[in-house]
Formats: sequence, C-alpha cells, structure tokens
Amino acid sequence: MNWGSLGAFVDMGGYGLFVWGSYGAAVLCVAIELLALRQRARRPAQNERGPAGDSA
Amino acid sequence: MSTSEIDLGERSVRGEWWLRYAAPQAFFPIAGRMIPYFGILAVLFTLGGLYLGFFVAPTDHQQGDAYRIIFLHVPAAWMSMFLYVILALWGAAGFVLNTRLSGMMASAIAPTGAMFTFLALWSGALWGKPTWGTWWVWDARLTSELILLFLYVGFIALKASIDDPRRADRAGAVLALVGVVNVPIIYFSVQWWNTLHQGASVSLTKSPSMATTMLWGMLLVALGAWMYSIAVSLTRVRLIIRERERELAWMRELGG
Repeated sequence: MNWGSLGAFVDMGGYGLFVWGSYGAAVLCVAIELLALRQRARRPAQNERGPAGDSA
Repeated sequence: MSTSEIDLGERSVRGEWWLRYAAPQAFFPIAGRMIPYFGILAVLFTLGGLYLGFFVAPTDHQQGDAYRIIFLHVPAAWMSMFLYVILALWGAAGFVLNTRLSGMMASAIAPTGAMFTFLALWSGALWGKPTWGTWWVWDARLTSELILLFLYVGFIALKASIDDPRRADRAGAVLALVGVVNVPIIYFSVQWWNTLHQGASVSLTKSPSMATTMLWGMLLVALGAWMYSIAVSLTRVRLIIRERERELAWMRELGG
C-alpha cells in the first residue's frame, strides 16, 4: 500500500492536479461517450445525418 | 434506400461463408450478443490495471507520483494509433469487398479513436508540465499525434458532409488510407528525430525498461481500453446499422 491516508492519495506527492486532471478527463470522456450512445439509441431510427450524425 | 443496395446485401449473403457476417443483418445480432462480454472485460481489466498502478507500483524515484499518468497516457496513445489502423483496414476492406458493413465499422471506430487521441495529448500535457516544465512542444512525437487527432476529426467531418452514405464511406476510406502513413511516423518519431518525448519503454525487440508492476498495470489498462473500444464500437455500429437500414425489410421486422 502506497498511501497512508486518503489525503495522501489525493495529493499524489504534490502532483495531484496533474494526475487527477488526466484521469478526470478520461472519466469525463468515457461518460460523455456512453451518454451520447444512450441518447442515440433512444432516438427513433432517423436519418443517420441527424443533428449528431456518426459522431455521437 | 435504393433496390441496388438490397440486391447487394443478398449477394453478400450468398457469397463466401465469412462474407455472410459482413452483411449488416447477420452482424447486427452477433454484435449485440458480444457487447456485454467486452464491456465486463473492459471494467475488470481497467480496474485491475489501475489497482496495480496506484496501489502496488511504487513511487518513482525521479518523477515522484507524477509518473502515474503513464497508466492512462500510454494505453490511450496505443489505442489512438491502433484504432486508426483498424479504421483504415475497414476502409481498405470496403474498397476491395464493397461491403456495406466496412464503412459503418469505420464510422463506428472514429469517435472512440479521436477520444483516445485527445486523452493521449491531454494526459501528455499534464505529464509534461511537471516533468519537462512545459505543457507542449512542437517535437515530432507530439506534432504527429496532434495530426492524428486532426485526421480523426477530418474523417468524421468528411463523412458527415456527404449525404449519400455509400459515397461518404468511399471518401472516408480514401482519407483514412492516406492518413495511415502518419501512424508509423508517430511510432518511430522518437527514433527518427531528436525529440523531447522519450523513446519507447516497451517494445517487441527488447525487454521493457520499467518495473514489472508498472508494466503489468499499464498492459492491463491497455487491455481494458481495447475491450472498451470494441464494446463501444459494436454499440455504435449497431446504431449506425439501425439508422442506415431502417427502410430495409429485415430491420422493419426487428422493429428498429
């Protein structure tokens, strides 16, 4: 175990902003992608070139 | 949807056995059944890898804990290149076999590839600041990875700008195949040019220059990212099939 406390884990030896800024962006991207797919699945099958096209 | 496309579908069903699965109506249910397995594997591999990366792998004596960005950065960078190659291969398959599914698969992969490219660049910037002292430099590795992002975005934009899906598929395939030369440039940039970005720590030709737990953490997250990409691409290709083939009889029967 590397971390004595939750605070130490969050602090990441002083690099917390950089480390969590990276992983936070990844979590956000994945969440956006999964939400976009769910939205697209809920839309009745319309033209592919709707508001989001292939990019949802 | 024109009748010629319906004929095309039937022809591909009559052809070689492996081409049968290139017919969207054959692939659609198979993809649907595979998604949960890849999704579960994605979660397990990613969580396992991050556990190793954050709780087992020790702090680096030079970089401190900033190096832990590696467990995101390297898998994202690998996937960004790998997915582009797969996208280009689907483009080539579309040219050679003239299968409808090829262009749909390429469309399905592109947003996820773009996402991983963005994450590689973003995590790279956040890693560069504490270790190099700068968010960004125009060195060959970073620049060619940025071009990869533009290629993904260009591919998506190009396909969205052409109304006829089959024409969009062909145009996209040309762009994908031209752009694929950028992938070896990214990969070998650290050897060909004098870059601020370091060389490969992991390669097929020599043993990795990093601690075993770090390596395993990184490989597991990469495996998780791979499984995630498959699950998401299959989900997206099913939506694309549903949208494109909504007027065909087989999709009407499914009530899609």
